[in-house]
Amino acid sequence: MAMTIHVDVVSAEESIFSGLAEFVALPGEAGELGILPGHVPLMTRIRPGEVRLKLPNQEVEELIFVAGGLLEVQPGLVTVLADTAIRGKDLDEAKALEAKAKAEEAMKNATSDLDLAKATGEFAAMAAQLAAIQKLRKRGH
Amino acid sequence: MAVGKEIRTKIKSVQNTRKITKAMEMVAASKMRKAQERMRHARPYSEKIRQLAANLSQANVTDYRHPFLGGVESKGAKRVGVILVSTDKGLCGGLNTNVLRLLVNNMKKWEAAGSTNTKVTAIGNKGLGFVQRLGGNVATIVSSITQIGDTPHMDKLVGPMKVMIDAFEAGEIDTVYIAYTRFINTMKQEPVVEQLLPLSGERLGTPAGNWDYLYEPDAQVVIDELLLRYVEALVYQAVAENMASEQSARMVAMKAATDNAGSVIKELQLVYNKARQAAITKEISEIVGGAAAIAG
Repeated sequence: MAMTIHVDVVSAEESIFSGLAEFVALPGEAGELGILPGHVPLMTRIRPGEVRLKLPNQEVEELIFVAGGLLEVQPGLVTVLADTAIRGKDLDEAKALEAKAKAEEAMKNATSDLDLAKATGEFAAMAAQLAAIQKLRKRGH
Repeated sequence: MAVGKEIRTKIKSVQNTRKITKAMEMVAASKMRKAQERMRHARPYSEKIRQLAANLSQANVTDYRHPFLGGVESKGAKRVGVILVSTDKGLCGGLNTNVLRLLVNNMKKWEAAGSTNTKVTAIGNKGLGFVQRLGGNVATIVSSITQIGDTPHMDKLVGPMKVMIDAFEAGEIDTVYIAYTRFINTMKQEPVVEQLLPLSGERLGTPAGNWDYLYEPDAQVVIDELLLRYVEALVYQAVAENMASEQSARMVAMKAATDNAGSVIKELQLVYNKARQAAITKEISEIVGGAAAIAG
Protein backbone atom coordinates (compact mmCIF):
# COMPACT_ATOMS: atom_id res chain seq x y z
CA MET A 1 0.00 0.00 0.00
CA ALA A 2 1.20 3.44 -0.86
CA MET A 3 2.11 5.93 1.84
CA THR A 4 -0.76 8.11 2.96
CA ILE A 5 -1.22 11.40 4.73
CA HIS A 6 -4.11 12.47 6.93
CA VAL A 7 -6.12 15.30 5.44
CA ASP A 8 -8.70 17.49 7.14
CA VAL A 9 -10.72 20.02 5.21
CA VAL A 10 -12.82 22.17 7.51
CA SER A 11 -14.80 25.36 7.06
CA ALA A 12 -16.27 27.54 9.75
CA GLU A 13 -19.68 26.12 9.03
CA GLU A 14 -18.88 22.41 8.79
CA SER A 15 -16.27 19.71 8.49
CA ILE A 16 -15.98 18.77 4.83
CA PHE A 17 -13.44 16.02 4.59
CA SER A 18 -11.41 14.01 7.01
CA GLY A 19 -9.45 10.97 5.99
CA LEU A 20 -6.35 9.53 4.37
CA ALA A 21 -5.04 10.52 0.98
CA GLU A 22 -1.99 9.61 -1.08
CA PHE A 23 -1.59 13.00 -2.67
CA VAL A 24 -3.10 16.45 -2.26
CA ALA A 25 -3.03 19.25 -4.81
CA LEU A 26 -4.32 22.73 -4.09
CA PRO A 27 -3.92 26.33 -5.22
CA GLY A 28 -1.42 28.00 -2.92
CA GLU A 29 -0.80 31.70 -2.65
CA ALA A 30 2.42 31.41 -4.63
CA GLY A 31 1.26 28.72 -7.06
CA GLU A 32 -0.16 25.24 -7.34
CA LEU A 33 1.01 22.99 -4.52
CA GLY A 34 1.32 19.23 -4.60
CA ILE A 35 1.73 17.55 -1.24
CA LEU A 36 2.95 14.00 -0.71
CA PRO A 37 3.43 12.25 2.65
CA GLY A 38 6.44 13.57 4.51
CA HIS A 39 6.17 17.14 3.22
CA VAL A 40 8.12 19.78 5.12
CA PRO A 41 6.00 21.78 7.64
CA LEU A 42 4.41 24.59 5.73
CA MET A 43 1.85 27.26 6.31
CA THR A 44 0.37 29.32 3.53
CA ARG A 45 -2.70 31.05 2.25
CA ILE A 46 -4.69 29.42 -0.49
CA ARG A 47 -6.48 31.05 -3.38
CA PRO A 48 -10.03 30.22 -4.46
CA GLY A 49 -10.01 27.02 -6.45
CA GLU A 50 -10.21 23.34 -5.93
CA VAL A 51 -8.48 20.92 -3.63
CA ARG A 52 -7.78 17.62 -5.35
CA LEU A 53 -7.35 14.55 -3.20
CA LYS A 54 -6.00 11.25 -4.48
CA LEU A 55 -7.55 8.73 -2.16
CA PRO A 56 -6.12 5.27 -1.67
CA ASN A 57 -7.83 2.53 -3.70
CA GLN A 58 -9.82 5.01 -5.69
CA GLU A 59 -9.29 5.93 -9.32
CA VAL A 60 -11.23 9.20 -9.38
CA GLU A 61 -9.83 12.15 -7.48
CA GLU A 62 -12.01 13.79 -4.86
CA LEU A 63 -12.68 17.43 -5.70
CA ILE A 64 -13.50 20.08 -3.12
CA PHE A 65 -14.09 23.67 -4.03
CA VAL A 66 -12.66 26.22 -1.66
CA ALA A 67 -13.15 29.97 -1.74
CA GLY A 68 -9.76 30.66 -0.23
CA GLY A 69 -8.42 29.92 3.21
CA LEU A 70 -5.32 28.65 4.95
CA LEU A 71 -3.24 25.53 4.63
CA GLU A 72 -1.10 23.90 7.26
CA VAL A 73 1.17 21.00 6.48
CA GLN A 74 2.90 18.80 9.02
CA PRO A 75 4.81 15.69 7.90
CA GLY A 76 1.83 13.38 8.43
CA LEU A 77 -1.02 15.85 8.46
CA VAL A 78 -2.58 18.34 6.10
CA THR A 79 -5.15 20.81 7.37
CA VAL A 80 -7.12 23.01 5.03
CA LEU A 81 -9.02 25.78 6.77
CA ALA A 82 -11.45 26.70 4.05
CA ASP A 83 -13.35 29.96 4.03
CA THR A 84 -16.34 28.45 2.31
CA ALA A 85 -16.27 25.07 0.76
CA ILE A 86 -18.97 23.14 -0.99
CA ARG A 87 -18.41 19.48 -1.74
CA GLY A 88 -17.25 19.00 -5.34
CA LYS A 89 -19.65 16.11 -5.71
CA ASP A 90 -22.51 18.32 -4.69
CA LEU A 91 -21.75 20.73 -7.46
CA ASP A 92 -24.14 18.90 -9.67
CA GLU A 93 -25.59 21.54 -11.88
CA ALA A 94 -28.59 19.57 -13.08
CA LYS A 95 -29.57 18.83 -9.51
CA ALA A 96 -29.02 22.41 -8.50
CA LEU A 97 -31.20 23.65 -11.34
CA GLU A 98 -33.91 21.19 -10.48
CA ALA A 99 -33.90 22.18 -6.87
CA LYS A 100 -33.90 25.80 -7.87
CA ALA A 101 -36.97 25.29 -10.02
CA LYS A 102 -38.59 23.49 -7.13
CA ALA A 103 -37.75 26.30 -4.76
CA GLU A 104 -39.18 28.82 -7.21
CA GLU A 105 -42.34 26.82 -7.57
CA ALA A 106 -42.71 26.43 -3.84
CA MET A 107 -42.31 30.18 -3.52
CA LYS A 108 -45.21 30.74 -5.92
CA ASN A 109 -47.47 28.29 -4.13
CA ALA A 110 -46.37 29.20 -0.66
CA THR A 111 -49.35 29.18 1.64
CA SER A 112 -47.78 30.21 4.90
CA ASP A 113 -44.93 32.42 5.96
CA LEU A 114 -43.03 29.40 7.21
CA ASP A 115 -43.07 27.75 3.77
CA LEU A 116 -42.12 31.01 2.15
CA ALA A 117 -39.16 31.51 4.45
CA LYS A 118 -37.97 27.97 3.79
CA ALA A 119 -38.34 28.36 0.05
CA THR A 120 -36.51 31.68 0.03
CA GLY A 121 -33.66 30.08 1.94
CA GLU A 122 -33.43 27.12 -0.43
CA PHE A 123 -33.52 29.45 -3.38
CA ALA A 124 -30.64 31.56 -2.07
CA ALA A 125 -28.53 28.46 -1.38
CA MET A 126 -29.14 27.15 -4.89
CA ALA A 127 -28.24 30.47 -6.45
CA ALA A 128 -24.95 30.48 -4.51
CA GLN A 129 -24.16 26.95 -5.62
CA LEU A 130 -24.83 27.81 -9.25
CA ALA A 131 -22.47 30.77 -9.01
CA ALA A 132 -19.77 28.44 -7.70
CA ILE A 133 -20.27 26.03 -10.58
CA GLN A 134 -20.07 28.79 -13.15
CA LYS A 135 -16.82 29.91 -11.53
CA LEU A 136 -15.44 26.39 -11.80
CA ARG A 137 -16.56 26.12 -15.41
CA LYS A 138 -14.72 29.27 -16.35
CA ARG A 139 -11.60 27.74 -14.97
CA GLY A 140 -12.01 24.93 -17.47
CA HIS A 141 -14.08 22.30 -15.76
CA MET B 1 -79.09 30.36 26.87
CA ALA B 2 -77.11 33.50 27.36
CA VAL B 3 -75.25 32.46 30.48
CA GLY B 4 -71.62 33.40 30.79
CA LYS B 5 -71.14 34.76 27.29
CA GLU B 6 -68.16 36.79 28.44
CA ILE B 7 -66.58 33.71 29.97
CA ARG B 8 -67.04 31.74 26.77
CA THR B 9 -65.45 34.51 24.72
CA LYS B 10 -62.56 34.62 27.15
CA ILE B 11 -62.05 30.87 26.98
CA LYS B 12 -62.03 31.03 23.20
CA SER B 13 -59.41 33.76 23.21
CA VAL B 14 -57.15 31.89 25.64
CA GLN B 15 -57.53 28.77 23.54
CA ASN B 16 -56.35 30.70 20.50
CA THR B 17 -53.38 32.00 22.43
CA ARG B 18 -52.55 28.45 23.49
CA LYS B 19 -52.66 27.31 19.89
CA ILE B 20 -50.17 30.00 18.93
CA THR B 21 -47.76 29.29 21.78
CA LYS B 22 -48.00 25.56 21.07
CA ALA B 23 -47.10 26.17 17.43
CA MET B 24 -44.20 28.42 18.42
CA GLU B 25 -42.98 25.78 20.82
CA MET B 26 -42.91 23.16 18.10
CA VAL B 27 -41.23 25.47 15.60
CA ALA B 28 -38.58 26.35 18.20
CA ALA B 29 -38.03 22.67 18.98
CA SER B 30 -37.30 21.84 15.37
CA LYS B 31 -35.12 24.92 14.90
CA MET B 32 -33.27 24.08 18.07
CA ARG B 33 -32.19 20.71 16.72
CA LYS B 34 -30.81 22.34 13.61
CA ALA B 35 -29.10 25.10 15.56
CA GLN B 36 -27.42 22.55 17.83
CA GLU B 37 -26.21 20.64 14.82
CA ARG B 38 -24.75 23.77 13.30
CA MET B 39 -23.03 24.54 16.56
CA ARG B 40 -21.43 21.08 16.48
CA HIS B 41 -20.44 21.50 12.84
CA ALA B 42 -18.55 24.66 13.69
CA ARG B 43 -16.48 22.90 16.35
CA PRO B 44 -13.89 21.07 14.17
CA TYR B 45 -12.89 24.33 12.50
CA SER B 46 -12.45 26.29 15.69
CA GLU B 47 -10.62 23.35 17.26
CA LYS B 48 -8.20 23.09 14.31
CA ILE B 49 -7.59 26.77 14.14
CA ARG B 50 -7.02 26.91 17.88
CA GLN B 51 -4.34 24.23 17.58
CA LEU B 52 -2.73 26.13 14.73
CA ALA B 53 -2.75 29.38 16.65
CA ALA B 54 -1.26 27.57 19.65
CA ASN B 55 1.48 26.09 17.47
CA LEU B 56 2.18 29.52 16.05
CA SER B 57 2.30 31.30 19.37
CA GLN B 58 5.06 28.88 20.42
CA ALA B 59 6.99 28.78 17.17
CA ASN B 60 9.95 31.08 17.56
CA VAL B 61 10.44 31.78 13.92
CA THR B 62 10.19 35.51 13.83
CA ASP B 63 10.47 38.39 16.17
CA TYR B 64 7.18 39.56 14.78
CA ARG B 65 4.59 39.79 17.50
CA HIS B 66 1.04 40.19 16.38
CA PRO B 67 -1.04 42.76 18.30
CA PHE B 68 -3.73 40.11 18.92
CA LEU B 69 -1.32 38.20 21.11
CA GLY B 70 -1.05 41.17 23.42
CA GLY B 71 2.02 42.03 25.38
CA VAL B 72 1.82 45.70 24.48
CA GLU B 73 1.15 47.51 27.74
CA SER B 74 -1.46 50.19 27.47
CA LYS B 75 -0.97 53.58 28.99
CA GLY B 76 -3.61 55.30 31.04
CA ALA B 77 -7.23 54.28 31.16
CA LYS B 78 -8.28 51.00 29.70
CA ARG B 79 -10.66 51.39 26.84
CA VAL B 80 -13.03 48.54 26.26
CA GLY B 81 -14.85 47.18 23.24
CA VAL B 82 -17.62 44.62 23.38
CA ILE B 83 -19.10 42.34 20.78
CA LEU B 84 -22.62 41.81 22.04
CA VAL B 85 -24.42 38.78 20.68
CA SER B 86 -28.17 38.82 21.26
CA THR B 87 -31.26 37.60 19.45
CA ASP B 88 -33.30 39.35 16.79
CA LYS B 89 -36.65 38.34 18.17
CA GLY B 90 -38.13 38.27 21.63
CA LEU B 91 -40.32 35.67 23.29
CA CYS B 92 -37.39 33.63 24.46
CA GLY B 93 -37.65 34.01 28.21
CA GLY B 94 -34.94 35.86 30.07
CA LEU B 95 -32.22 35.09 27.56
CA ASN B 96 -31.43 38.61 26.39
CA THR B 97 -32.20 40.18 29.75
CA ASN B 98 -29.66 37.93 31.44
CA VAL B 99 -26.83 38.63 29.05
CA LEU B 100 -27.56 42.37 29.07
CA ARG B 101 -27.66 42.45 32.86
CA LEU B 102 -24.31 40.68 33.02
CA LEU B 103 -22.92 43.13 30.50
CA VAL B 104 -24.12 46.13 32.48
CA ASN B 105 -22.52 44.71 35.64
CA ASN B 106 -19.26 44.27 33.75
CA MET B 107 -19.51 47.77 32.34
CA LYS B 108 -19.75 49.13 35.88
CA LYS B 109 -16.59 47.23 36.77
CA TRP B 110 -14.77 48.54 33.72
CA GLU B 111 -15.93 52.03 34.53
CA ALA B 112 -14.56 51.68 38.04
CA ALA B 113 -11.26 50.66 36.44
CA GLY B 114 -11.25 53.89 34.46
CA SER B 115 -12.84 52.84 31.21
CA THR B 116 -15.11 55.33 29.53
CA ASN B 117 -17.51 55.02 26.67
CA THR B 118 -17.51 51.36 25.76
CA LYS B 119 -17.54 50.62 22.06
CA VAL B 120 -20.10 48.04 21.07
CA THR B 121 -20.58 45.81 18.06
CA ALA B 122 -24.16 44.64 18.28
CA ILE B 123 -25.11 41.35 16.70
CA GLY B 124 -28.89 40.98 16.93
CA ASN B 125 -31.75 43.41 17.31
CA LYS B 126 -32.32 43.19 21.06
CA GLY B 127 -28.78 44.11 22.02
CA LEU B 128 -28.76 46.93 19.50
CA GLY B 129 -31.92 48.46 20.94
CA PHE B 130 -30.62 48.13 24.48
CA VAL B 131 -27.29 49.81 23.79
CA GLN B 132 -29.06 52.60 21.92
CA ARG B 133 -31.18 53.23 25.02
CA LEU B 134 -28.09 53.28 27.23
CA GLY B 135 -27.12 56.53 25.61
CA GLY B 136 -24.07 57.97 23.97
CA ASN B 137 -21.90 58.68 26.99
CA VAL B 138 -22.05 55.13 28.35
CA ALA B 139 -21.67 53.12 25.19
CA THR B 140 -21.39 53.78 21.48
CA ILE B 141 -22.37 51.40 18.76
CA VAL B 142 -19.59 51.16 16.22
CA SER B 143 -21.15 48.49 14.06
CA SER B 144 -24.17 46.23 14.08
CA ILE B 145 -25.81 43.41 12.25
CA THR B 146 -29.42 42.33 12.61
CA GLN B 147 -31.69 39.84 10.86
CA ILE B 148 -29.09 37.12 10.74
CA GLY B 149 -31.80 34.54 10.18
CA ASP B 150 -31.63 30.98 11.43
CA THR B 151 -28.23 30.17 9.97
CA PRO B 152 -25.25 32.25 10.95
CA HIS B 153 -23.15 33.00 7.90
CA MET B 154 -19.56 34.02 8.16
CA ASP B 155 -19.74 36.55 5.33
CA LYS B 156 -22.43 38.47 7.18
CA LEU B 157 -20.42 38.59 10.39
CA VAL B 158 -17.08 39.57 8.90
CA GLY B 159 -18.04 43.20 8.24
CA PRO B 160 -19.21 44.23 11.72
CA MET B 161 -16.40 42.25 13.33
CA LYS B 162 -13.81 44.01 11.24
CA VAL B 163 -14.82 47.40 12.58
CA MET B 164 -14.08 46.23 16.11
CA ILE B 165 -10.86 44.43 15.19
CA ASP B 166 -9.59 47.44 13.26
CA ALA B 167 -10.25 49.65 16.26
CA PHE B 168 -8.24 47.23 18.38
CA GLU B 169 -5.37 47.15 15.92
CA ALA B 170 -5.34 50.93 15.67
CA GLY B 171 -5.02 51.08 19.46
CA GLU B 172 -8.33 52.84 19.99
CA ILE B 173 -9.37 50.10 22.41
CA ASP B 174 -7.22 47.94 24.65
CA THR B 175 -9.45 44.97 25.28
CA VAL B 176 -12.27 43.38 23.35
CA TYR B 177 -14.84 41.29 25.16
CA ILE B 178 -17.56 39.14 23.73
CA ALA B 179 -20.92 38.80 25.45
CA TYR B 180 -23.22 35.96 24.48
CA THR B 181 -25.29 33.14 25.92
CA ARG B 182 -23.44 29.88 26.18
CA PHE B 183 -25.41 26.78 25.38
CA ILE B 184 -25.08 24.14 28.09
CA ASN B 185 -28.13 22.02 27.41
CA THR B 186 -31.72 22.47 26.37
CA MET B 187 -32.81 23.52 29.83
CA LYS B 188 -29.76 25.54 30.78
CA GLN B 189 -28.08 28.47 29.09
CA GLU B 190 -25.56 30.70 30.71
CA PRO B 191 -24.75 34.30 29.85
CA VAL B 192 -21.01 34.95 29.63
CA VAL B 193 -18.71 37.89 29.04
CA GLU B 194 -15.33 36.65 27.84
CA GLN B 195 -12.16 38.36 26.81
CA LEU B 196 -11.60 38.02 23.10
CA LEU B 197 -8.59 40.24 22.45
CA PRO B 198 -5.78 40.16 23.25
CA LEU B 199 -5.86 36.39 23.01
CA SER B 200 -5.11 34.80 26.31
CA GLY B 201 -2.58 32.01 26.46
CA GLU B 202 -4.74 29.63 28.44
CA ARG B 203 -7.43 29.80 25.81
CA LEU B 204 -5.01 28.79 23.12
CA GLY B 205 -3.77 25.85 25.11
CA THR B 206 -0.49 24.09 24.58
CA PRO B 207 0.74 23.23 21.12
CA ALA B 208 0.59 19.64 19.91
CA GLY B 209 4.11 19.75 18.53
CA ASN B 210 6.88 22.17 17.96
CA TRP B 211 7.01 22.80 14.27
CA ASP B 212 9.28 25.08 12.43
CA TYR B 213 7.04 26.13 9.61
CA LEU B 214 7.91 27.27 6.17
CA TYR B 215 5.80 30.33 5.43
CA GLU B 216 4.55 31.36 2.05
CA PRO B 217 4.73 34.19 1.09
CA ASP B 218 6.10 35.25 4.49
CA ALA B 219 5.47 34.67 8.15
CA GLN B 220 3.79 37.96 8.93
CA VAL B 221 1.12 37.65 6.25
CA VAL B 222 0.26 34.11 7.26
CA ILE B 223 0.18 34.85 10.97
CA ASP B 224 -2.03 37.91 10.40
CA GLU B 225 -4.42 35.86 8.35
CA LEU B 226 -4.49 32.96 10.76
CA LEU B 227 -5.12 35.02 13.87
CA LEU B 228 -7.83 36.99 12.12
CA ARG B 229 -9.52 33.72 11.16
CA TYR B 230 -9.13 32.50 14.69
CA VAL B 231 -10.89 35.51 16.13
CA GLU B 232 -13.59 35.23 13.49
CA ALA B 233 -14.05 31.57 14.32
CA LEU B 234 -14.46 32.41 18.00
CA VAL B 235 -17.13 34.98 17.20
CA TYR B 236 -18.85 32.61 14.79
CA GLN B 237 -18.90 29.93 17.46
CA ALA B 238 -20.40 32.40 19.91
CA VAL B 239 -23.12 33.36 17.44
CA ALA B 240 -23.89 29.71 16.72
CA GLU B 241 -24.13 28.95 20.44
CA ASN B 242 -26.32 31.98 20.99
CA MET B 243 -28.70 30.74 18.33
CA ALA B 244 -28.95 27.30 19.85
CA SER B 245 -29.56 28.96 23.22
CA GLU B 246 -32.21 31.22 21.71
CA GLN B 247 -34.22 28.37 20.25
CA SER B 248 -33.96 26.30 23.43
CA ALA B 249 -34.99 29.23 25.60
CA ARG B 250 -37.87 30.01 23.28
CA MET B 251 -39.02 26.42 23.32
CA VAL B 252 -38.99 26.33 27.13
CA ALA B 253 -40.71 29.73 27.41
CA MET B 254 -43.41 28.76 24.95
CA LYS B 255 -43.97 25.45 26.70
CA ALA B 256 -44.49 27.32 29.96
CA ALA B 257 -46.89 29.70 28.20
CA THR B 258 -48.84 26.78 26.74
CA ASP B 259 -49.09 25.13 30.16
CA ASN B 260 -50.22 28.38 31.76
CA ALA B 261 -52.86 28.91 29.09
CA GLY B 262 -54.08 25.39 29.79
CA SER B 263 -54.55 26.06 33.50
CA VAL B 264 -56.26 29.40 32.80
CA ILE B 265 -58.69 27.61 30.50
CA LYS B 266 -59.37 25.01 33.19
CA GLU B 267 -60.19 27.68 35.77
CA LEU B 268 -62.41 29.59 33.39
CA GLN B 269 -64.20 26.43 32.41
CA LEU B 270 -64.91 25.73 36.06
CA VAL B 271 -66.33 29.22 36.59
CA TYR B 272 -68.40 28.88 33.45
CA ASN B 273 -69.82 25.50 34.48
CA LYS B 274 -70.76 26.83 37.89
CA ALA B 275 -72.54 29.81 36.37
CA ARG B 276 -74.37 27.57 33.94
CA GLN B 277 -75.40 25.19 36.72
CA ALA B 278 -76.64 28.09 38.84
CA ALA B 279 -78.74 29.37 35.94
CA ILE B 280 -80.27 25.93 35.40
CA THR B 281 -81.05 25.51 39.09
CA LYS B 282 -82.65 28.92 39.12
CA GLU B 283 -84.78 28.13 36.11
CA ILE B 284 -85.93 24.81 37.57
CA SER B 285 -86.87 26.37 40.88
CA GLU B 286 -88.80 29.05 38.98
CA ILE B 287 -90.71 26.40 37.05
CA VAL B 288 -91.35 24.36 40.17
CA GLY B 289 -92.44 27.50 41.99
CA GLY B 290 -94.75 28.44 39.10
CA ALA B 291 -96.25 24.92 38.93
CA ALA B 292 -96.82 24.90 42.67
CA ALA B 293 -98.60 28.27 42.42
CA ILE B 294 -100.93 26.99 39.67
CA ALA B 295 -101.61 23.71 41.49
CA GLY B 296 -102.21 25.55 44.73
